[in-house]
Amino acid sequence: MKTAIVIFPGINRERDMARAVKTVSGSDPVMVWHQETSLPKCDVAIVPGGFSFGDYLRCGAIAAQSPIMADIAREADKGLTVIGICNGFQILTEARLLPGSLLRNRDLRFLCKDTYLRVERADTRFTRAYEQGQVLCVPIAHGEGNYFADEDELTKLEGEGQVLFRYCEQFGTLSESGNPNGSINHIAGVMNQAGNVFGMMPHPEDLIDPTRGGTDGRALFESVLERAA
Amino acid sequence: MKAVVHVMLKPGVLDPQGKAICHALDHMGFDGVEEVRQGKVFEIELKGRDAATAKHDLDAMCRRLLANTVIESYTIDVES
Repeated sequence: MKTAIVIFPGINRERDMARAVKTVSGSDPVMVWHQETSLPKCDVAIVPGGFSFGDYLRCGAIAAQSPIMADIAREADKGLTVIGICNGFQILTEARLLPGSLLRNRDLRFLCKDTYLRVERADTRFTRAYEQGQVLCVPIAHGEGNYFADEDELTKLEGEGQVLFRYCEQFGTLSESGNPNGSINHIAGVMNQAGNVFGMMPHPEDLIDPTRGGTDGRALFESVLERAA
Repeated sequence: MKAVVHVMLKPGVLDPQGKAICHALDHMGFDGVEEVRQGKVFEIELKGRDAATAKHDLDAMCRRLLANTVIESYTIDVES
C-alpha cells in the first residue's frame, strides 16, 4: 500500500503524519510538494495540518488552488482515498472536495486541548477499526474549526450519514460545553457523498504510540491503510 | 482600471468577530449598535480589459478564490 502526503508552504504536521503512517502500515509515505502537477501512484493521499500560506485570505483557500490539488480532485473523482486533517480539512473544503466550511471558533480563541469525539459510523473505510458510539480523546489545535454548512447541505450530510465524528462529553453526550469551537451539529469530521474523501479538525496522528499520549487515533490509520493494503 | 470587491459572510452565517466588535462598541459607550458584520475589501488594479471583460474576470476571481461561496457573498465595483 502506498501513501502520499502533500506538503504546502506553512504546513507543519507532515512529519507526525508520516510517522503515524509508517508506524501503522510499515512503509514510508511519499512526500509530495504542492507544485507537482500529479500524484505518484498511491492508494491514499493525505493533506496534513499546519498553516498553509500563512492562513492568508481564508485558511486553506490559497493551497486549494495549488497545482497538486487539481490532480487530487481528478483522482478523488476516480475513487482515491483522500484524508485531510486540520488545515488539510480546511484545504479540502476550500477545494470543494468536502462540503461545508470552517469558520472562526465560536469564542475567537485558538484552541489547543484534548477533546472527546464520538464515532458516528464504524462502517466506512475511514472508521471501520472503531466501534460505533465509541468515545475517543483527541487533541485539537486550531483557530478556525467551527464547522458550518447551510441548512440544505446539513440535511443532506446528516441524511446520507456523512458525519463520522462529533465533539461530545466524556461519555458521549452531545452538549454545548462538549463542543469546543461551536461547530454546527457538533461536527468534527465529515466525508463526501461517495465515501472516499474525509476530513476532520482533531489530530488522530498525535495518538499512535502508547508512550506518547495514547492510541485513540490509531484505528483511523488502521481502517484506511488496511483497506488499501 | 481599478476594481473594488467586497466580500461578506452570508446572512445566517455566524460572525464571531463581528459579534465581538459589536460588544466592544457597546462597552465603549456607543449606544444602539445592534449588529456588526465584518467583511473584506479588495482593491484590484487591472489592465488590458474593457469594463465588461473586467467584470467577467473579477466574477471568476471571486468565485474561485476571493470568496468562499459556501459562506460568503461578494459585490464587484469597477471604477472607470
